[in-house]
Amino acid sequence: MNTIKIPLPSSRPALGAGPFGAMIQKEMADHLRSWRFLLLLGLLVLTCLGSMYAALSSFSSLPPSELAKMEFFFLKLFSISDGSLPSYAIFIGFLGPLLGIALGFDAINSEHNNGTLSRLLSQPIYRDYVLHAKFLAALAISAILLFSLTIVVSGWGLLALGIPPGADEVLRILMFTLLTIAYISLWINLAILFSIVFRQTSASALGSLSVWLFFSVFFNMLIDVVAKHLAPKQFLSEAQAVAFQNFVLNLLRFNPIHLFNEATNIVLMPSVRSTGALTMEQISGTLPGALPVGQSLLMIGPQLTGLFASTIVLFALGYFLFMRREVRSR
Amino acid sequence: MQNTVIELKELTRRYGDFTAVRSLNLSVHKGEIFGLLGPNGAGKSTTILMMLGLTEPSSGKALVAGLDPARNPLEVKRRVGYLPEDVGFYDNRTGLENLLYTGRLNGIPEKEAQARAHNLLKKVGLSDAAHKKTSTYSRGMRQRLGLADVLMKQPEIIILDEPTSGIDPQGLRFFLDLLRTLRKEEGLTILFSSHHLQQVEQVCDRVGLFVQGQLRACGSLQELSEQWLKRPNGALEEVYNCILAHQLETEKL
Repeated sequence: MNTIKIPLPSSRPALGAGPFGAMIQKEMADHLRSWRFLLLLGLLVLTCLGSMYAALSSFSSLPPSELAKMEFFFLKLFSISDGSLPSYAIFIGFLGPLLGIALGFDAINSEHNNGTLSRLLSQPIYRDYVLHAKFLAALAISAILLFSLTIVVSGWGLLALGIPPGADEVLRILMFTLLTIAYISLWINLAILFSIVFRQTSASALGSLSVWLFFSVFFNMLIDVVAKHLAPKQFLSEAQAVAFQNFVLNLLRFNPIHLFNEATNIVLMPSVRSTGALTMEQISGTLPGALPVGQSLLMIGPQLTGLFASTIVLFALGYFLFMRREVRSR
Repeated sequence: MQNTVIELKELTRRYGDFTAVRSLNLSVHKGEIFGLLGPNGAGKSTTILMMLGLTEPSSGKALVAGLDPARNPLEVKRRVGYLPEDVGFYDNRTGLENLLYTGRLNGIPEKEAQARAHNLLKKVGLSDAAHKKTSTYSRGMRQRLGLADVLMKQPEIIILDEPTSGIDPQGLRFFLDLLRTLRKEEGLTILFSSHHLQQVEQVCDRVGLFVQGQLRACGSLQELSEQWLKRPNGALEEVYNCILAHQLETEKL
């Protein structure tokens, strides 16, 4: 009998194939089967319905003369509201962290508490596969969710408004969706980091939620207090006032939520041409008008870099802690 | 028979000031059942973790199937099956699905994995429960599923950490018989740790006795009996007590 021996690959196999693919598949299936996912899905669908309703009713409340003057009609679907409910962008900015935390807070510690981690690690897989699979599965799930929501909102808007979006608007909507996914991946990594640090899943959930609360509520209050203390008491020139304003803004930019909101505003409102304060001198002579997509993209460069950098720092920290840890059974 | 498959040389593991395993020298031969015996906290689990490359030794070296687990953990894990103490499964999956997942992690083709999983479930007496979620399994069933899980990759060596704790006597007999058959039929080398003297006595060819991170005695029951009790056919319990007494004496001095 002739048997053909297939040599084992000596180098690391491609990430999508073999054991790693199986791990991602399993993680995604776990998410999709869980009650948690269904709850989040319900919440997001409600968000989508609510904010669409608010946007459309604000359109219909405007007089036709106003509507005729409006530019980027379609894009407004995502950012406008009649005041009864927040707009889609604000809703998603609020729920995104929650989604990220929910998908990641028990990534490592639940495996440990179930006694599956030591069994998993005794299989011939690289240890970082576990982390990568957890993160990529959560990222894939949130990407699928957000793209579907965007498509639903756009489709519904198309039906209700009867105006197709321009190429510019399509690009901006795509950018907004990608931006949101990047933002959520920051929170996924934070939650995974906490799931490595804390043994109890409840502790890691609370930990990540409190970081989120801190940045969404208390951080800005803190900066406010600091700014009031530092504010020059005497009369100051316009240039000084603008410089101080920009200094405070830079402090605020340590908050990832603030970075995301700035970037969202620039992407969804083409008329925004600066995130900071400008002097009269700088403004004089400018014609009000929309920026092209490329220019808006350039403007959110720093914000994007900040978000990516903090995501990478969180991931690296989790990686470091997890790779060095001795894993005992339960 | 005298083919060494696991060799530990001056293996030491320290946690801060505490030395969990001290200058351990040990060799396990091919095709034998070796029992690591010792009270809780004697360093058995730490030794096992070092053999699998799940923790790094502070000094010394381990060779498992001719490979250094600290340098080449993947290849070691491909050849060595490990059943951790109090093993866990994905509770929202069935026993069969859990085994198939292990198969996938080991890169076994789907069809072959299916065949192997069914075969192994039959061997450990879980065919009826194959399609039940593992959350419904009893402790003994989990332990047997754990053994099937370890065998999925067709290992050369299996290492079991306290596999018998918490199983009822009937389940225990079944489990120990299974180990014996595996050794006989597949020529597996089995290393298992326990603090139950009788179980070790029943199945193990050779025994290593651990006290406070050190290997106090190592050999077949016959050898140990002659060495410590100065007579053949002594029970392991007597040997063990004799060693503990000896330990206490040396500590007093």
